[in-house]
Amino acid sequence: MTTTPATMFSAKLIGPAVGDAFRKLNPAELVKNPVLFTTAVVALLLTVLLGLGGEKLSFAFQAQLIVWLWLTVLFGTFAEALAEGRGRAQAASLRATKAELTAKKQVSGGYELVPASALKRGDIVLVETNDLIPADGEVAEGVASVNESAITGESAPVIREAGGDRSAVTAGTRVISDQIKVRVTQEPGQGFLDRMIALVEGAERQKTPNEIALTILLVGLTIIFLIAVATVPAFSAYAGGSVPVAVLAALLITLIPTTIAALLSAIGIAGMDRLVRFNVLAKSGRAVEAAGDIDVLLLDKTGTITVGDRQASEFRAVSGVSQGELAEAALLASLADETPEGRSVVTLAREKFAVVQTALPADAEVIPFTAQTRLSGVKLGGTLIQKGAVDSILRANPGTGTTAQATELRRMTDEIARAGMTPLAVAQDGRLLGVIALKDVIKAGIRERFAELRRMGIRTVMITGDNPLTAASIAAEAGVDDFLAEATPEDKLALIRKEQQGGKLVAMCGDGTNDAPALAQADVGVAMNTGTQAAREAGNMVDLDSDPTKLIEIVGLGKQLLMTRGALTTFSVANDVAKYFAIIPAIFVAFYPGLGALNIMGLASPNSAILSAIIFNALIIPLLVPLALKGVRYRPIGAGPLLARNIAIYGVGGLIAPFVGIKLVDLVVAGLQLA
Amino acid sequence: MTVQGWLLILVFTAIVVALVKPMGAWLFALYEGRRTPFHFVLGPVERGFYKLAGIDPNAEMGWRRYALHMLVFQLATLLFTYLVLRFQDVLPLNPRALPGMSPDLAFNTAVSFTTNTNWQSYSGETLSNLSQMLGLTIHNFLSAATGIAIAFALFRGFARRQTSGLGNFWADLTRITLYLLVPLCIVYTLFLIANGVPQTFASSVDATTLEGARQTILLGPIASQEAIKMLGTNGGGFFNANSAHPFENPNALTNLVQMLSIFAIGVGLTWTFGKAVGNTRQGWAILAAMLLLFLGGTAITYWQEAAGNPIHHAIGLAGGNMEGKEVRFGIAASSLFAVVTTDASCGAVNAMHDSFTALGGLIPMFNIQLGEVVVGGVGAGIYGFLLFALLAVFVAGLMVGRTPEYVGKKIEGREVKLAVLAIAVLPLMILGLTALAAVLPQGLAGPLNKGPHGFSEILYAFTSAVGNNGSAFAGLTAATPFYDGLLGVGMWIGRFFMIVPALAIAGSLAAKQHHPESAGSFPTTGPLWIGLLVGIILIVGGLTFLPALALGPIADHVAMLHGQLF
Repeated sequence: MTTTPATMFSAKLIGPAVGDAFRKLNPAELVKNPVLFTTAVVALLLTVLLGLGGEKLSFAFQAQLIVWLWLTVLFGTFAEALAEGRGRAQAASLRATKAELTAKKQVSGGYELVPASALKRGDIVLVETNDLIPADGEVAEGVASVNESAITGESAPVIREAGGDRSAVTAGTRVISDQIKVRVTQEPGQGFLDRMIALVEGAERQKTPNEIALTILLVGLTIIFLIAVATVPAFSAYAGGSVPVAVLAALLITLIPTTIAALLSAIGIAGMDRLVRFNVLAKSGRAVEAAGDIDVLLLDKTGTITVGDRQASEFRAVSGVSQGELAEAALLASLADETPEGRSVVTLAREKFAVVQTALPADAEVIPFTAQTRLSGVKLGGTLIQKGAVDSILRANPGTGTTAQATELRRMTDEIARAGMTPLAVAQDGRLLGVIALKDVIKAGIRERFAELRRMGIRTVMITGDNPLTAASIAAEAGVDDFLAEATPEDKLALIRKEQQGGKLVAMCGDGTNDAPALAQADVGVAMNTGTQAAREAGNMVDLDSDPTKLIEIVGLGKQLLMTRGALTTFSVANDVAKYFAIIPAIFVAFYPGLGALNIMGLASPNSAILSAIIFNALIIPLLVPLALKGVRYRPIGAGPLLARNIAIYGVGGLIAPFVGIKLVDLVVAGLQLA
Repeated sequence: MTVQGWLLILVFTAIVVALVKPMGAWLFALYEGRRTPFHFVLGPVERGFYKLAGIDPNAEMGWRRYALHMLVFQLATLLFTYLVLRFQDVLPLNPRALPGMSPDLAFNTAVSFTTNTNWQSYSGETLSNLSQMLGLTIHNFLSAATGIAIAFALFRGFARRQTSGLGNFWADLTRITLYLLVPLCIVYTLFLIANGVPQTFASSVDATTLEGARQTILLGPIASQEAIKMLGTNGGGFFNANSAHPFENPNALTNLVQMLSIFAIGVGLTWTFGKAVGNTRQGWAILAAMLLLFLGGTAITYWQEAAGNPIHHAIGLAGGNMEGKEVRFGIAASSLFAVVTTDASCGAVNAMHDSFTALGGLIPMFNIQLGEVVVGGVGAGIYGFLLFALLAVFVAGLMVGRTPEYVGKKIEGREVKLAVLAIAVLPLMILGLTALAAVLPQGLAGPLNKGPHGFSEILYAFTSAVGNNGSAFAGLTAATPFYDGLLGVGMWIGRFFMIVPALAIAGSLAAKQHHPESAGSFPTTGPLWIGLLVGIILIVGGLTFLPALALGPIADHVAMLHGQLF
């Protein structure tokens, strides 16, 4: 994101949120939140009754009750507005980018300038240096470096080229060198940018399955408490008295779960927002919830478990060749190799064997690496030095395959592979010299992360193209639970299906077009933003930073969202005990004075007890807004301890807090003689 | 309170715990449709039934079909019993030439026995032997077997994977009756006869009392009805005095066995559930939560009854509250019986709950209001409890950061909706019907006492009916068309508006995939979960009734403390 995150309660956000809080009183919108809607209906009813007069209660008392009931509703709409407002600030800058997009659309015999919104799927547009790419699409022709900071916040340019896995381009990003032709793959208004704007704004937010289920529960509780309250007048009549409507209303509103209902959508919006701030776009709220449920994480070895590049760690010469000789040949073969692996060979040769040569002679002829030969090398005068995969070297030097050196070489290769390293063979003029061992460097702290995941019941599976021996060794060193070696995209898909048939939910990340089926099959499929359009379409999340490690954090964010909902629901339900003890004696003490014994909080008077309960019920909402927006802290300590902790805080705390809170409010209410 | 009293409670609890596994294993064999030792004798009978009725016992039923067959069966037997009661005067086995029952009373009684409530607006003495044996006793078996069958269907919902079949209602019903209820009842009946409970077709004997007066004492096939009354948590006594009558419950031993037999099948089903879902610890956790609520209730009732009434103490009557209790059983055994019978939706009584102290009587009423889930009626208790378990999992399960799961099944919108629906029926009917009776003149004519105690009598009646308990607080004149009708409706809705959603949940769960438990799953076996269950049952199930309880037994209690009686 290009905008800096607004702090939670900056004036910039609160002002508009207050306005929106009132706008959200619109019944058509409010009805989506049944509990708040009920509260508003009750508040409206009391307001009308107050206007009509005739209740036994004092005007001041009724007026205060009504004000607090309306505030309860407004605090709820405010919480939602505040959560939306935070996203909207980010959306504003994206929308500004979108507004200025124009396109050079290819027409017969040239290009014409059209607004980006007029582009359709299949159109070809030309994008030249310093142009903004007008629509999502694939590079049809050419190669260019593109600055995608508008979307990712990352200013280093990336290469986009026709064909292959780096062909996807996003609207609003800028070409900074060369020119490309882009085939538009989006329909107007449905591009990545549009989706992102809708997402961060919270507009058209669909309720997630869990949110719907929770809403059903809240409606159910509301109905149960409605029954409990609606029968009180009849019971009171039997006892020879009557209870004012305003008091019944107060009892109802304190009992129904207003706290969680008021904060529910704010929690959902804030959860998505946390993900966006984390530079991950979830295409649906359902995906975020699924992230919390993940049982199996498929992690690519390279970049997630190991740092991207392997390092040369050892030279092993065959008998009859000295290590120095091997080191020198390896260095010569690698001097022109600018990959990190090549440079690590040079470094190792210099440090360990004091080979001093720093540059190739002018007449040297470099043999570049190709996918066909799978080897590289150098020709120096009449000498040919080759470096490459063991099989490739043997194939390139027919006749060496059956020698004693070849046998020895194969044995070394196996040893190296078993130790989790990758062997590279070196040959000089058809003579096998030995092997360079390239070692995978496990990321610092990754082992501990996997232990954490295990405690949370999540199994990690390492996906790698390495052979099984190497894979097993790295898997053991990194502490993953399982590995899939020599993995093809089909293997990945099959593994996901197998896990899912066993009732597991699987998350993975990928970037290539051939990852697309697996990304679509996974319950959480995180596509890398640098990946192909097909991958980005198939996944249900896109990581703008293209960092596969994030999968682990995404699971944590999903859990945090669900935990926050559960914690506040438990808190809300537990609160009811104290509220009963505040209001029941207040209502019935007039019929049976002995029931004053139930007033265990020692509240000053029946009216102050009722008012205090209503005030507490309203004030708890804004007090919990920060928690709803920030989320309950997630700790990877296993479900049992986590539950014990959260029950202690939100369950037991939810039982006790209102006893204290209502008492405190009552002291103020009584002190100010409000009731 | 006495040491002997507590010893009785502890011995009772220990035997109950010892019964769990054997009963559970027996039930599990029936759940699985396995052979039992009784198949040797009764197997041909079972197959004969299927052949006669043209039923394929292996045909799986989806939840709708299961529910439909069950409901049609209930309606048919309801109608049958209604007709037997209405026309008992022209039917055989009516040696005392009793008249037919009035339509409202026959309706109330037929519904009462069909729903396993066994609320008795009639007095047992007004029924012919045919009415007792054919009209009522078949329901004692079939309503119990139906409850267990529903529990089996729900267990299958949890245990099965990606299927729609919940078993076969007719096979479940037949097997439970033949291989569990009938053999147990035969042994139990013989035990009761050995202890002096009459079992005869003779209608009465004449005795000469100590004062020389002649007294006619009714007799009948009492022992056999007594056995199923307890085992099937039915509770309808042969006599109006129920288990306080010496012919129903002659001595301390029969009293203990009667209490045990009320709990036996209910506690066994917790183990069966655990076994069915592949982890018996799941069942023990449910049992632990039930026993916690049971022991809490017993402690309060016993304490209140033993403490007695301060007003009595003030005028020199020391000791506990013996009003309405049998001297043969005393305070501890009566308090324990009251809690057991209301926890388990049985409704048999060996003392009059109306005469308990206010708080001592609150507990039996509160037990029923919790939804009859503390052990509960046979089958009904466990399926009711599982609805609360779903709710508890849903409320608190999110706190581990996963979509709530229970025994491997994800709990989603549909299950929550159905569970809430089933649970909301209880307060709606209990409080709604009580409110109706509390304002209408026909309702106000019912209670014997005035003030909060009279209110308690109305509240208890509807609580007992809707909760399908059937015990009476007494004091209420319920044999009027008004109460007969309302209580009948309450019993029907209280039973089937819980069963049908429970079956729908079973259907929905059976279709789902099973998610194996992991370290990240919500733990549903430990003390935390047990505490959570108790908390949710008390807060969601119990607190709803606090306003009503405040105006009834609680007001009654505080008034007593202030020296006022009603």
